[in-house]
Amino acid sequence: MTAADYVFWVFATATVVSGAVVVFARSLIYSAFALLFTFFGVAGLYVLLGADFLAATQLLIYVGGILVLLLFGVMLTHRIYDLKLRTEKTQLGPGLIVAAGIFIIFANAALITEWPTVGREPAPTTKEIGRLFLGEYLLAFEAASVLLLVALIGAAMIVRRKKDA
Amino acid sequence: MPSYLPIVILGAIALGFGVFVLAASHIIGRPRPDARKLSTYECGMPPVGTARERFPIKFYLVCMLFILFDVETAFFYPWALVMDTLGIYGLMAMGTFFLVLAVGFVYEWKVGAMDW
Repeated sequence: MTAADYVFWVFATATVVSGAVVVFARSLIYSAFALLFTFFGVAGLYVLLGADFLAATQLLIYVGGILVLLLFGVMLTHRIYDLKLRTEKTQLGPGLIVAAGIFIIFANAALITEWPTVGREPAPTTKEIGRLFLGEYLLAFEAASVLLLVALIGAAMIVRRKKDA
Repeated sequence: MPSYLPIVILGAIALGFGVFVLAASHIIGRPRPDARKLSTYECGMPPVGTARERFPIKFYLVCMLFILFDVETAFFYPWALVMDTLGIYGLMAMGTFFLVLAVGFVYEWKVGAMDW
């Protein structure tokens, strides 16, 4: 095994184990904190795949933003700390079937696909993304700003007090 | 693949510093706790009630606004790397992007979303 293989296993293990904690933790707040390590592990996997921009974005937005939003969501909810989430045993059978089905599909896809290999280290992507964003895909880039604008206004509308509406 | 060694070194230093400070305080420190030292804030406001209660929705709005501008920032990185080759055209393209979001920012401001 090369050093990259070891790093892969560290990140993969961190992702899967913390993902399991997210699902099985008794308290919702533990799940939210375990999600931090899941996001971080996924960012590490992106790095190993040579997707440096994706990895940075994953850290910036998911670890830095979405997770805080989730934690606030937990804290905004009444008496969430006392709420004990128990695994619904009634859903165990269907859940296992669905999970096994998805696993088989994904595993098959991963094994059957002829993964293209370039035989060299992947180049940094961020600069190329910037060139494409401001060239070929300029419209999509500007449309993203409109999407963000809609989200901004929507957020303000939802949270606004009744008397302002 | 760009070299991630600087990031690994930075992470190692950050982790090492945290471990060092905790270990040093544990080994060298002579704890003499009293009620005041063990209170939540040794100085400042005395805590009122429990922290485990619902938070005002205002925090959620601030958090959502943070994420939206966070996403905006993520778009700046690729632009920053090519802005020297694109020149004024790149500045215009990014300016349009920025202006649309500035409209949202002004709207949030006017509607009082940032008033506490």
